[in-house]
Amino acid sequence: MPVEEANSNLYSGSFHIEGGNFNTAGIVSTNIKSILKKLGIPGDLVRKAAIVSYEAEINVVSYAKKAVVNLMVKPGFVQIEVIDEGPGIPNIELAMQEGWSTADQKIREMGFGAGMGLCNIKNYSDNFHIETEVGKGTHLKMIIHTP
Amino acid sequence: MKLSDVRDILDAEVIVGEENLDMEVKTAFGADLMSDVLAFAKSGSLLLTGLTNTQVIRTANVLDIAAIILVRGKKPSTETISLARELKIPILTTKYILFETAGRLYMKGIVGCLQKVENASGRS
Repeated sequence: MPVEEANSNLYSGSFHIEGGNFNTAGIVSTNIKSILKKLGIPGDLVRKAAIVSYEAEINVVSYAKKAVVNLMVKPGFVQIEVIDEGPGIPNIELAMQEGWSTADQKIREMGFGAGMGLCNIKNYSDNFHIETEVGKGTHLKMIIHTP
Repeated sequence: MKLSDVRDILDAEVIVGEENLDMEVKTAFGADLMSDVLAFAKSGSLLLTGLTNTQVIRTANVLDIAAIILVRGKKPSTETISLARELKIPILTTKYILFETAGRLYMKGIVGCLQKVENASGRS
């Protein structure tokens, strides 16, 4: 659940995602969406933020043990960081290629695992940064500019 | 057209959203792959799909999809129904296959939320 901090940010909070639990996948992005809506962020930008956080959530649930999502809203941008403890990505270039996937049947049954997640995240972000270490985890940072 | 017209055209059963049948809809997107829905579907569109799990509702919520039309007679799980109620997303189910569902709506004036993709991976 979000932990609000008293500082100059319009919003700053953290959420937790549990790996492997498909029933809860999407709760964090639904929360992020309603927070951004309440802050008066324009609808199309709220949607972008919801899409990137949702695809990231699906990745965490599919592959990682757990993750922390940090949402920060400042004048001019929304930043979403997803820091997971998981297997990491051995080859980022390959993982960023559309259609490349290591998803199992369970992930595919949910309508994901077609190798589009990271592409969608990159395409809907104005700034996208990925760092990963095999055996430790992956750190995504997405920025969406706001008026 | 109204969602009630969609129901009549598709001989569909309304599972969630009886109170939203006056909603106006103009466009639709059809897919069973949620990543494609996230890449291409536009807000306010109908989502035609054969998937029935809770991720369909989450995807629809993220995109502000107007309503979900389940094709091929699919019935959602109780978890899917309760999440759709919570997030106020109508679900209709029709026995028509995806192709027929899309064709029947198209004949009556519903169009795709986009016609062609610029590239297969979505935007830019």
